[in-house]
Amino acid sequence: MMEIGVGHYLTVAACLFTIGMLGIFLNRKNVIIILMSIELMLLAVNINFVAFSHFLGDLTGQVFTLFVLTVAAAEAAIGLAIVVVYFRNRGSIAVEDVNMMKG
Amino acid sequence: MFEGPQSFAPIIPEIILAIGAMVLLMYGAFRAPSENLGRDVGWFAILLFALTLGYLVLQPASSSFLFHDAFVVDRFARFMKVLVLVGASVALLLSFDYFARAKLMWFEIPVLMVLAVVGMMVMISSNDLITLYVGLELQSLALYVLAAIRRNDLRSSEAGLKYFVLGALSSGMLLYGMSMIYGFAGATGFQKIATAASAGDAGANIGLIIGLVFLLVGLAFKISAVPFHMWTPDVYEGAPTPVTAFFAGAPKVAAMALLVRVLVQAFPGNVSEWQQIIVFLSIMSMLIGAFAAIGQTNIKRLMAYSSIGHIGFALVGLASGSNDGLEAVVIYLAIYMVMTLGAFACILAMRRKDGMVESIDQLAGLSQSNLSMAFLFAMLLFSMAGIPPLAGFFAKFYVFAAAVKAELYPLAVIGVIASVVAAFYYLRIIKVMFFDEASEPFQPAEPYVRFVMWAAGVFVLAYVVVPAPLIDAASAAVRSLRFAPTP
Repeated sequence: MMEIGVGHYLTVAACLFTIGMLGIFLNRKNVIIILMSIELMLLAVNINFVAFSHFLGDLTGQVFTLFVLTVAAAEAAIGLAIVVVYFRNRGSIAVEDVNMMKG
Repeated sequence: MFEGPQSFAPIIPEIILAIGAMVLLMYGAFRAPSENLGRDVGWFAILLFALTLGYLVLQPASSSFLFHDAFVVDRFARFMKVLVLVGASVALLLSFDYFARAKLMWFEIPVLMVLAVVGMMVMISSNDLITLYVGLELQSLALYVLAAIRRNDLRSSEAGLKYFVLGALSSGMLLYGMSMIYGFAGATGFQKIATAASAGDAGANIGLIIGLVFLLVGLAFKISAVPFHMWTPDVYEGAPTPVTAFFAGAPKVAAMALLVRVLVQAFPGNVSEWQQIIVFLSIMSMLIGAFAAIGQTNIKRLMAYSSIGHIGFALVGLASGSNDGLEAVVIYLAIYMVMTLGAFACILAMRRKDGMVESIDQLAGLSQSNLSMAFLFAMLLFSMAGIPPLAGFFAKFYVFAAAVKAELYPLAVIGVIASVVAAFYYLRIIKVMFFDEASEPFQPAEPYVRFVMWAAGVFVLAYVVVPAPLIDAASAAVRSLRFAPTP
């Protein structure tokens, strides 16, 4: 039976974080997917924090996780509000349409 | 451990502003809507800023630590907070007439500014990763909304959207870095991280360095250092001009103060590691800030590249890592903020009968229709270009002197080259104002706008005569940072 150590948790978190970041850069379709990717990145970080907190025997990491969750909720609310405002003006939330300003 | 009520004294400025923001929000929400509501709330907000400023100035000079060392108030924090408050008040003052004319003077704008300022002040005082994160997010969330505040305008909402996506990405990276630092240092307090980082074995150090790199990437986004500057020109162009003036001043200063504090307090033993990164960011920012601005026709976009370049110059001082260098950073930020606010006051005065204009060509022949404005704008641009004897020259001089003293010769040489290139586009605007054929004159500027213009112009000119107060304050601020008592 394999012992699951902190390294495994870190690997999972790193994979999720990378998927989240790729989701932001490779996605050409929809802004909502970007919001989901951001959420994925933040949750990957939470896995890191909780894993470290457990293996260090220190509660600070879990406290930090709660702060991150709270802020992520506020961030999602504001992000969605901005997307709604953008949709009203542009009539689309496709990423390739976000191109009014360039240079 | 119980902390008595008197021990909260150092954090009272933040408490005043936080409660003030909530009171203003309630006042705005429950009072009958009227023409003047936004303006009234705006004046209350300025009053709050002034009150906080007064309290900050009168605070005792010693450093104090609160909440188990998560929050520090030292002279560095107080100096930077004063800068932030001045920047925010001036930006708010500039916004009244602009928003009133655009029928946008909602009471939410001052409230959001107050909240952003609370976030910035928490950032500046943070002595723990959690405080840093919460402060940074409070600031950023308010700024995302401010960028998109002109909600019927496509460009403004696009600016908000871009700022939000890239800002959230940078917060993600910052957090990932923090999680690595927490894991490998075993704590989130800056002093404890510093102990772990200088004493840890090689394996733990690699984890810490990865964390440090991610943290620096996140912060580089916030100060818009190249290669993490992509959002800046778009956000500056799309956001309403007074909001851009706000973005260019206070948040930059606060994020830079945060960067200085993190590197100096939490990683004093890893100077050789972070120095390379800062040197890279600095060189790239100076060069991109200089070269990319040459082709710009929109003055707000130009100011965005100009601010990227200025951040590069300020980073030169940080890269040198010495007390002199940090002092130069602090002075640079103060002078940068005054110049930028002055320049934005001039941009806000670019108004024709049919609305605001933003193109550089529209400034043609300004010296013939409005000599005083042309003179002040030219003075501010000369100062930004770093031409003696104006304040901007001294700002650059201190920074480069510190770099040379720290034997970072290539950095200083590239910096001087970049500032020569940058001088080209500043001088081009002056040429347009003084030597091109006159176009239709602007409408007369509003009193507040004119006041800010004149105040910035006088500061820039007078600095050479009385530099002592700023230098003394900056050196006291930096000394409190370097030799902060380790609790």
